Amino acid sequence: MIILVPVKRVIDPYVRVRVKNDQIDKTNLNMTMNPFDEIAVEEAIRMKEKNPAVEIILVSVGDGDCQETLRHGLALGADRAIHVATENELLPLAIAKILQVMSEKNNVDLVLMGKQAIDGDHNQTGQMLAALLDWPQGTFASQVDLDKAEVRVTREVDGGLETLALKLPAVLTTDLRLNEPRYAALTHIMKAKNKPLESIPLEALGVEATDKQKILKVELPPVRQGGKMVSSVDELVECLAQAQVLPL
Amino acid sequence: MKILVIAEHDNHTINAATENVITAGLSLGDGVDVLVAGHQCRAVAEKLSILKGVNQVLMADHQVYQHHLPENCAKLIAQQASEYDAVLGAANTFGKNLLPRVAALLDVEQVSDVIEIQSETIYKRPIYAGNIIQTVENKERIKVLTIRTTAFAGQQVEQDPVQILDLDTVIDNTQSRFVGLEQTQSTRPDLTAAKVVVSGGRGFQNSENFTLIEKLADALGAAIGATRAAVDAGFVANDYQIGQTGKIVAPELYIAIGISGAIQHLAGMKDSKYIVAINKDPDAPIFQIADVGIVGDLFEILPALEEALKKQNLIT
Ligand SMILES: Cc1cc2nc3c(=O)[nH]c(=O)nc-3n(C[C@H](O)[C@H](O)[C@H](O)COP(=O)(O)OP(=O)(O)OC[C@H]3O[C@@H](n4cnc5c(N)ncnc54)[C@H](O)[C@@H]3O)c2cc1C
Ligand SMILES: Nc1ncnc2c1ncn2[C@@H]1O[C@H](COP(=O)(O)O)[C@@H](O)[C@H]1O
Repeated sequence: MIILVPVKRVIDPYVRVRVKNDQIDKTNLNMTMNPFDEIAVEEAIRMKEKNPAVEIILVSVGDGDCQETLRHGLALGADRAIHVATENELLPLAIAKILQVMSEKNNVDLVLMGKQAIDGDHNQTGQMLAALLDWPQGTFASQVDLDKAEVRVTREVDGGLETLALKLPAVLTTDLRLNEPRYAALTHIMKAKNKPLESIPLEALGVEATDKQKILKVELPPVRQGGKMVSSVDELVECLAQAQVLPL
Repeated sequence: MKILVIAEHDNHTINAATENVITAGLSLGDGVDVLVAGHQCRAVAEKLSILKGVNQVLMADHQVYQHHLPENCAKLIAQQASEYDAVLGAANTFGKNLLPRVAALLDVEQVSDVIEIQSETIYKRPIYAGNIIQTVENKERIKVLTIRTTAFAGQQVEQDPVQILDLDTVIDNTQSRFVGLEQTQSTRPDLTAAKVVVSGGRGFQNSENFTLIEKLADALGAAIGATRAAVDAGFVANDYQIGQTGKIVAPELYIAIGISGAIQHLAGMKDSKYIVAINKDPDAPIFQIADVGIVGDLFEILPALEEALKKQNLIT
């Protein structure tokens, strides 16, 4: 069984991004694997631990630094990695088309990926990939049970938890409660240096990105004027009454 | 522009989010068509047909659409979409699951989480957990958008019923099967539509303590929300989570109790009209965005607050 795990390199979620010269200022910021993708890697490793015949392939699309993120994934337990090299920040459909090529080329049975990259917050790529491959999708997964020909997915939906049964091959996207990712052991970090990591230029895949969408501007949201403090519950109640925000 | 709105419903009632999406659609065109896919869902189509701004309801009523599985629903929508300039759905788990699949079938990029529509092609959306607002120009042949419902009014005026057009397209789905839905039972208002939200974080320490929040919530007629930390720790179910990767709320009043105010949480509630923060740490970032804050132990403040509100006849 071959599992593809797409991983994106993103700015550390706990860093506050800023705007400089009408651009997002990315200089000297700590970078990391998208947290949802770490959960996907972890889930794939757990499947491999249950079934040694599983092969885990990582893919990352982006500039040369993505290789560091891929090495991290290899250290966690993936078998090999593919870097699709481009300097451009691609939109979800373009990424999905790349992943479609990767899935077909590598005879992939299951794609495990994040529900959302925490930089662009699109939450689209997995669903788009499933459409392009004409595979079933299990998005926002909080539990995954793999059978021979079927995968059972419990999904975090607005009303609670929905369970679906999907035929393989399928695309799954992870939610926060699926698992708790492990840390890479030092010995594994050393070993990962010898695992295969190939880099392919985007141009070699024949995937074209749209020129129909453009970012015109990035800006900071309006600042909220907060900060008033009170020292007693009575004062608090007075504020609430004055603001006329109580339902009665 | 010809606009198609994808209705969200459980075959009996419309999810209120659909009304917000219709409002967003009306800022793109003079009227919208609404597509209802489901099983025995005529009541839903009829309700939609009397909402002002709706020109026509398209209804695909068949067993294969009962659970709104994206494998066939996306194909149904994509077939209809070729007649339209834009396809809109809510940026909640329903729309997020379905619309990107539609966009890919149409071979267009989607725009997620639209918070402002400036023109047919220019919109605003938050990125980086709402720390940055992006203005996007979208010249795709068909605009596929998910709408952040808190950014568009939901109030709908009624009209005389418009036509309900039956679609007889039946698209089978042999790839996925609905197994079950474990619904969170609650008599409280829906979190994303509630006027008041009382929300708790890790400060409650355990799920037993978390029930303290219920008394205040019920007295205020409020919905209950939570942080990721509170959900991860098992205090409440996953669908209580508010934030970048949970639900987005913007009530009249948001009371944050034992919540530090991480950016991922703020992303889901900072557009609330009035924010109250209760936290024992005076340096908690939540205070910076709260309209009013009080430093102290929630286990003392919560009962005292209830008492004081009652005394002033401000709650029932
Ligand atoms: C990829 C990713 C996605 C995320 N998505 C979300 C999301 O959607 N929503 C979300 O909420 N978070 C999300 N997070 C997590 C977020 O970063 C924070 O970890 C989380 O919001 C913290 O929750 P908290 O405020 O309950 O806990 P803490 O940060 O631990 O804060 C608890 C607070 O309670 C206070 N406290 C403790 N005891 C008392 C007491 N007795 N009385 C009064 N106050 C007390 C403390 O002073 C503290 O400020 C995400 C993180 C990542 C990495
Ligand atoms: N540049 C990328 N390289 C590899 N995977 C990606 C990339 N961008 C997005 N993905 C995958 O798609 C998921 C959803 O991303 P998004 O649709 O952008 O929110 C991520 O969690 C990743 O698994």
